[in-house]
Amino acid sequence: MKKLTGLMTTVAMATGLFANAAAAEDVRIALVVKALGIGFFEAAAKGAEEAAAELGDVEIIYTGPTDTTAEGQIEVINSLIAQNVDAIAVSANDTDALVPTLKKAMQRGITVISWDSGVAEDGRQAHLNPSSNALIGNMIVKLAADHLPDGGDVAVLSATTTSTNQNIWIEEMTKVLPNYPGINVVGTVYGDDLADKSYREAQGLMQSYPDLDAIIAPTSVGIVAAAQAVADAGKIGQVNVTGLGLPSEMAGAIESGASKSFAIWNPIDLGYSAAMIAYNLATDKATAEPGATIPMGRMGDLTLDETNSGAMADPFVYDSSNIEQFKSIF
Amino acid sequence: MNALLKSRESILVGAILALLVLIATRFAGFVAPANLAAVFNDTSPLIILALGQMVVILTRCIDLSVAANLALTGMVCAMLNVAYPDLPIIVILMLALALGAIMGTVNGLLVWKLDIPPIVVTLGTMTIYRGIIFLISDGKWVNAHEMSPAFTAFPRAALLGLPVLSWVAIAVIIVMAVVMARTTLGRSFYAVGGNPHAAVYTGINVGKAQFRAFVISGTLAGLAGYLWVARYAVAYVDIAGGFELDVVAACVIGGISIAGGIGTVGGAVLGALFLGVIKNALPVVDISPFWQLAISGAAIIIAVVFNARADHSKGRVILKSAEHAQ
Repeated sequence: MKKLTGLMTTVAMATGLFANAAAAEDVRIALVVKALGIGFFEAAAKGAEEAAAELGDVEIIYTGPTDTTAEGQIEVINSLIAQNVDAIAVSANDTDALVPTLKKAMQRGITVISWDSGVAEDGRQAHLNPSSNALIGNMIVKLAADHLPDGGDVAVLSATTTSTNQNIWIEEMTKVLPNYPGINVVGTVYGDDLADKSYREAQGLMQSYPDLDAIIAPTSVGIVAAAQAVADAGKIGQVNVTGLGLPSEMAGAIESGASKSFAIWNPIDLGYSAAMIAYNLATDKATAEPGATIPMGRMGDLTLDETNSGAMADPFVYDSSNIEQFKSIF
Repeated sequence: MNALLKSRESILVGAILALLVLIATRFAGFVAPANLAAVFNDTSPLIILALGQMVVILTRCIDLSVAANLALTGMVCAMLNVAYPDLPIIVILMLALALGAIMGTVNGLLVWKLDIPPIVVTLGTMTIYRGIIFLISDGKWVNAHEMSPAFTAFPRAALLGLPVLSWVAIAVIIVMAVVMARTTLGRSFYAVGGNPHAAVYTGINVGKAQFRAFVISGTLAGLAGYLWVARYAVAYVDIAGGFELDVVAACVIGGISIAGGIGTVGGAVLGALFLGVIKNALPVVDISPFWQLAISGAAIIIAVVFNARADHSKGRVILKSAEHAQ
């Protein structure tokens, strides 16, 4: 009996070894998202599959908890460790809570990166930001300038006076303003991320500056409210509302023409890049260290800063040509 | 007493006019009739809610859940519109009124039957109503392109030169003015707030009157909920966040005494208009946004100080001999 058990164990081990050998042919990359069933992440998974198809020897495991909790993600990651995947790319529900589990994964030789929503430095080898403050600052003024070939007056409708993100983006925008001759920023107003206040501020801008050509709103509440205010004032075609918004929320404004274009990250590109980075790190084609560059296929290279994080690209521009495709995604 | 109230309202009218003159010196276009109509239209939801809040405050209660009620009703209307785009607007309006009334009923019952302090009840229901929005919407927005054109067109449809939203506010003002001045229901609110013990002796059920006040406030909040969502063409969890404070401020500025029993429809409307003028003027008079909050706050405090002093009516000495005896 003992012998038989021993034999079975050997068989089991052999099978296990065999299975591992087979798996080694494919690099298995787990794309762990905040929760399943969210359009944004489904689109990211599509991007990851695109990367897999391009690379050939990659298998993408798209997974995540059913609700956006750190506990759910820890469970998922534990089971991925048990499956001995080659890489985990996670968009975290909590910066710190996942760190111990992800450390365990790294100890087992699994490549761990975070993307979109990052984890603390200890818990990952690299982090992929969708964009950077400088790129966003440049993009929001570029969006306005692209439709004003002869220059014009633009105003900024921000969130609150104390919103860190918006303040940094506006600061970055001001830095690159000399690159856009003719674009004159007449003022910055604050809608406090309230639909009614943003609407009133947009109305106020149109009254104070009758020659206003564009409103830049780097906030999703503000851009929607400003577009509505422009439409209600009958100034579609005269005042272009642009900035940062979500395709699902801005579809109406693009349709009415109140907004010609706006920007936000492209989840497909993000998933694609995350898979590319995970692949290159897992196969030792690149190393994650400050200053290193990691190739991301069609998205170019990712340059890591001193915290091992990097920015993917300019925010992606959405307009009437692609809004239909993306408005159901996120 | 009546003369005092009248004078307080005329002072408020004077303050609004002075404010308009001040604004006109910095931005002349603000006092153009078309713009003033736009300001009134923009202030309409605040007027509707302030009138509901006035009734509640008159009965020595407070309703902090109005903005959450507005947001929840708005979200339900918007989601219904997405699910059944052909539903007539009149049905949605009725539903908004009913839903608002139900939420007001919950507040009212808790205050009346369980005798919980109104500020605690409505602070609780405020959070609960916001929470329910999150539960039913899953935190997602209902966006302009998902709403039917008729749904968003209703409040902005022009009727005799004014948008329907303004007409709704005018109708609410008229109805409330009649109710408060000409019905036993309206008078009972004053009685309950003015002197609850005396009210009981005259056969008025204090709790029941407070309950009715909450139902009125809730119903009006529900009405404003649909109008709000249709006007801004967007519904999400945080719409009208913090708006309950504007509503209370409008009442206080309008001379509605927080101690209950004192206040008029005219006062509440003027208080709302005063705030509305400030809110609409600040974006165009080119004042640093850092100062705007301080200015809004200062206006409220000045009004409260003024009201507190006005409320300090001297008691009538009825026993001269006793006064000297002290």
